[in-house]
Amino acid sequence: MSLLKLDKLIKDFGGLRAVDEVTFEVEAGDVFGLIGPNGAGKTTVFNLITGNYEPNGGDVIFDGTRINGLAPNKIVSLGVARTFQTIRLFKSLSALENVLSGAHCRMTSGPIAAMLKTPFQQREEKEALKLALTELDFVGLGDQAETRADGLSYGNQRLLEIARALATKPKLLILDEPAGGMNEQETDALIEIIARIKARGITVLLIEHDMSLVMQACEKLVVIEYGKKIAEGLPEEIKVNKKVIEAYLGTEDEEDETCF
Amino acid sequence: MTRKAIYLLLATLLAVSPAFLNAYWVDVLNNVGMYALLALSLNLILGHAGLFHMGHAAFYAVGAYTTAILNTTYGIPVLWLMPVAGLMAGLFALMVARPIIHLRGDYLLIVTIGFVEIVRIALVNNVFGITGGSNGIFGIDRPFLFGFKIRKPHEFFYLIWGFMVVTVFLFHRLENSRFGRALNYLREDDVAAEGSGINTTHYKLIAFVIGAVWAGMVGTIYASKMTIIAPESFNFWESVVMFMIVILGGSGSIRGVILGAFLVIGLPELFRGMGAVSDLINNVFSGFGITLDLDFSNFSQARMMIFGAAMVIMMIFRNEGLLPPLPRKYPLKKIREEMS
Repeated sequence: MSLLKLDKLIKDFGGLRAVDEVTFEVEAGDVFGLIGPNGAGKTTVFNLITGNYEPNGGDVIFDGTRINGLAPNKIVSLGVARTFQTIRLFKSLSALENVLSGAHCRMTSGPIAAMLKTPFQQREEKEALKLALTELDFVGLGDQAETRADGLSYGNQRLLEIARALATKPKLLILDEPAGGMNEQETDALIEIIARIKARGITVLLIEHDMSLVMQACEKLVVIEYGKKIAEGLPEEIKVNKKVIEAYLGTEDEEDETCF
Repeated sequence: MTRKAIYLLLATLLAVSPAFLNAYWVDVLNNVGMYALLALSLNLILGHAGLFHMGHAAFYAVGAYTTAILNTTYGIPVLWLMPVAGLMAGLFALMVARPIIHLRGDYLLIVTIGFVEIVRIALVNNVFGITGGSNGIFGIDRPFLFGFKIRKPHEFFYLIWGFMVVTVFLFHRLENSRFGRALNYLREDDVAAEGSGINTTHYKLIAFVIGAVWAGMVGTIYASKMTIIAPESFNFWESVVMFMIVILGGSGSIRGVILGAFLVIGLPELFRGMGAVSDLINNVFSGFGITLDLDFSNFSQARMMIFGAAMVIMMIFRNEGLLPPLPRKYPLKKIREEMS
C-alpha cells in the first residue's frame, strides 16, 4: 500500500480552481518530485497535505488514514513533516531550540511536570536534546547549535528547517523548494542529504524548480500545470514528455501567435 | 558568576530592607512586589506567548472577590483560599479566552480590554447579589501563617516577597521547559509552530490559564492586605500598568519584569518626595540671599508624562525592554559526552 495517496483533490480560491482533481500515490521509501511551472499549484497541493488548507473535494490518505481536515499539528504527529518555501524559522531562538520544536510533538511533559522537574520530565528533556543534536549533526550544523537562527547563512537556514522537520520523526518529509536561493555547492550537499534521508527509510516528497536537482534526487515525478496533473513517471520519461516540454517552454504555435 | 553574585546581593539587600525602612516605604515595596507578581503572571501570556492581553486585572479581580466572598460569608481562612482563588481565576480565563484565542495582535488586545470593563461593571452592578456593588466587600480577614497573624506592612513584606521567591523559582523552571519553549515558538511564528507539530491553540489557552491562576492568587493577598476591596481597584488602568511593566522591563524576562515593577510602581513614590527637595534648594539659595521659588511638590503628577516619554524613547532605542531575556542555557557539553 502506498504511504500517501491523493485522490481527486480539489481546492478553490474564490472562482479560481487552484488544484483540479489531482491524483497520485507516493510509495514508501521513494524520493518523489512534484514539479510544474510557476503558479501551477504545487505549494497549494503541499498545503492541502499538511493541513494548512482544507480541500474542497477529494481525499488525502496518509498511511491508511484520511487526513484532510485535520489540524496541521495533528498531521505532524501522525508522521508528516514539512519545510516552508519561504524560510520560516523561529528567528530569535538558537538553532538547537529550533530543532527542539520538532521534538516537541514526541514529548509529553506539561507545565506542572516542568515546575516539579519530575525525573520523567528531566529524562525526556535530555532525550530531546540528544535527538536535536543528532539531527543538527545530520545536516552538518552540529557546531552551530547555539547560534541564533537568523545568524545562519541562507543555505544553512534551509538545512536547519530540514533538521527541525526531521526531529518530528516523520515517515514522510515534504520539502518545499529546498534548494531555493542555494548556490551550486550547497545544492550538491542538499542532494547528498536527501539521499541520506532516504537511506534512513524516510519517504521524501519534493517541490523544486531546480531541474538538475529534481533529475538527480527523484525516482518518480508528477508534473502539474494550472492545477491539473499533466504527466507522471520516471525522470527520463518526464524529460522527453511532449506535454511537459510544452508546459515549461510553450508550444511553437503559441510562439507564432506572439510573433504577430 | 558575577551576575549571580549581583542578584544575591540585591536579594539580600531587599530581604533586610524592612529593618531600615518605615512602614510607608515597606508598603511601597509591598506594592512593588504585588505588581511584580501580577506582571510576572502576565509575562507568560504577553512576554512568552506574545499575546497582547490587556485584561489581566479581570483575573486579579476574580481571585480577590473569590477570596473576599468566601472569607466573609463562610469564614474560611484567607490563605486556604489562595488555591481556590487561583482555580476560579483559571476557570474564568479558560471560559473567556476559549472563544477569542484565535484572534491576533490588536484584535485580541481590544477584546481583552473588554474583559476588564465587563468584570468591573458586573462587580459594580452587584452581580448575583454577592459582590457588594460599588462599595465592594469589607471585613476580610488578615492571613494567618502558622498561627501568626499577618497585619503590619513589615509582616506582609515577607508574605509577598516569599511568594515572589516561589513564583520566580517555578516560572524559571517553566521558561526552561518544553512548555516555555512552545510559547516562544508560537510567539515567533505560529504557522511554523503549528507546522512543527505544536498545538498552538492549546498552548495559548494554557498560558492564559496559568497566568490567570497566579493573578488570582495575588488577588487573595491583595484582599487580605486591604481587608476591603472595591471594583475600582480592578479597572482598566491596572491592566495597563501591568502591561507597561512587562513591556518596559523586558518581555519574557523575569529579572526585567521585576525591574519594571520597581520603576513603574516605585519611582512615582520617590517623585512624591520632590517637594522636600525643592524646599531644600530654596533654603540653600536664600542663605546666599537669592530668592528662588521652586516647587516640585506636584512633580508626582507629572509622572505619567515622564512614563510616556520614557516608553517612547525606549521603543525607539531599546525595543526589547530594559533587561531583555537571555538565551536559554543547555548542558550541551554533558549531552555530547553522553552521546559519544
